[in-house]
Amino acid sequence: MTDHELALKAIALRKRMLRLIHAAGAGHTGGGLSCIDILNTLYNRVLRISPETVDDPQRDRYVQSKGHCVEALYAVMADRGYFPDADLDTVCHFRSPYVGHPTRKIHGIEMNTGALGHGLPICLGMALAGKMDSASFRVFTLLGDGELAEGSNWEAAMAASHHQLDNLVAILDHNTLQITGRTRDVMSNEPLDEKWRAFGWEVRSIDGHNYPQLVEALSALPQHGKPLLIIANTVKGKGVSFMENVAKWHHGVPSEAELARAIAELDAAELALKEAVA
Amino acid sequence: MSAPAPSMFTPAAAAMAEKLGLKKGRANLEEFADTLLELARADRNIVAVTSDSRGSGKLAPFGQTLPKQIVEVGIAEQNLVGITAGLAAAGKKAFGVSPSCFLTARSLEQIKNDVCYSNVPSVLVGISSGVSYGALGSTHHSLHDLAVLRAIHNLTIVVPADAVETRAAISFAAQATKPVFVRFGKAPMYALHANDVRIDIGSAVTLRDGRDVAFLATGETVVHALLAAAQLADQGVSARVVSFHTVKPLDTAAVLAAGQDCRAIITVEEHSVHGGFGEACASALLQAGVTPRFKIVGFPDEDTVTGAQADLFRHYGISMEGLAASARDLLKSK
Repeated sequence: MTDHELALKAIALRKRMLRLIHAAGAGHTGGGLSCIDILNTLYNRVLRISPETVDDPQRDRYVQSKGHCVEALYAVMADRGYFPDADLDTVCHFRSPYVGHPTRKIHGIEMNTGALGHGLPICLGMALAGKMDSASFRVFTLLGDGELAEGSNWEAAMAASHHQLDNLVAILDHNTLQITGRTRDVMSNEPLDEKWRAFGWEVRSIDGHNYPQLVEALSALPQHGKPLLIIANTVKGKGVSFMENVAKWHHGVPSEAELARAIAELDAAELALKEAVA
Repeated sequence: MSAPAPSMFTPAAAAMAEKLGLKKGRANLEEFADTLLELARADRNIVAVTSDSRGSGKLAPFGQTLPKQIVEVGIAEQNLVGITAGLAAAGKKAFGVSPSCFLTARSLEQIKNDVCYSNVPSVLVGISSGVSYGALGSTHHSLHDLAVLRAIHNLTIVVPADAVETRAAISFAAQATKPVFVRFGKAPMYALHANDVRIDIGSAVTLRDGRDVAFLATGETVVHALLAAAQLADQGVSARVVSFHTVKPLDTAAVLAAGQDCRAIITVEEHSVHGGFGEACASALLQAGVTPRFKIVGFPDEDTVTGAQADLFRHYGISMEGLAASARDLLKSK
């Protein structure tokens, strides 16, 4: 899939995600829109995994530590063929396996997440298992920047470099907002690059909505025996003007009218992208 | 040199043990460490994870013998459990080993979510549990672990009484396809079972039959119940002793049988009287409409007295003398 095709798909995925959040009456809209380009890149260009190989011991692993943005993951995985798109009509319904955070009940999801600060330690275990077996698989996790206030991340950050886990990639969805407001006001965590480097990680900063940058950064394995942190600078609510950089859209659910406005904007963006290439 | 730990047994209790032919066995901790090393030698997929706890877990020989099968995470119990879960999810048989006081409190959320909810076959080993670190204060006691873990779905909870039960627990855990928690202390235990006895996780073992009172006991308290039963026999009271090495799933049939056969039941555990083994038995009995006289012996809801494990057991009535007195009182009560 070309970078252009990825960018076009990202618009379709955003529309799907917004529709499913609207139908479910619940979801994490802003963070979903900030991380969906990362997920699109992972599942369509980077991860060595497919719906047919979810049990292959050599598959790459992806664990979504910021589990609340599961709607973006559902949209990407349905598109990739892990489960029928129609299943997404049941998200958050009574007894639906498609609950509001990732669970292993869903084909292709590796671990149950949702409580923050859990994904990175789990990925360390997976990466250690890979090292013990001299396996070639890689382990990826997606962290939120608000999530970094959880101390368990820093326990894991320390241990990952201690154990030289260069088969481990953490991607930080750095959208700078969390439920209460700006992350720097809630609990300042900058300078993130210096902190992670001080913990022994290779750190790269990219535009988390720029496909060439995403593909390049996510395709490069870490070097020098170090785990890799990719700081993906993103915009919460990216792609829908009235949702961008507005904290209330953290878990805001679009009304019928808001959904229509959002879809219209995304339709226009899709048209513009197609015309740009034509 | 620190002072030697006081004996778990008074001279009278030690004499009774001798009369019963009980032999001093090994500490459950030592049996655990040897069993794990033995299993891991045969199965290179077994991995131990420690949080600066390989000394307290007697796993230094494991680390020296199988350095590629041990992961050190430093003093970071949340990370220990998350890593153990991740190793298990990636196909390893991972044993996370840490003092139970830290393992089951600081990393409770990781146990709940990463291990039990995610349903990966991790084994969590709570060493120096209960009041093994009795003199160190409540920071180091785990008198809450059975209560909190009982309320979490998808976890087998095993509290072995002696080396035979410990070996059975670790062997079971190594084969389990679901999460297992095992906790024990570090003091030498009397051997309660013959070496060749078969221990089935989930099935309680009757060590002595009786019809007046039943001691339903778990873990390192079982021997005291056995000695108390022997003392009661000398006084004409017939006491049953059942070792419940598995706290969850509870062998409800054994609990109900005791309630139907005996006039009184005394449960014994190295744990708070709230939410632990005793309340699990009470719940099973009441819901089945079986209502013998009933007492839970454990650690009361108070600022726990500190001292060696043996001192605390005696203080709180977990001793031959204390349990026999409890039985006499309960049988006398109206």
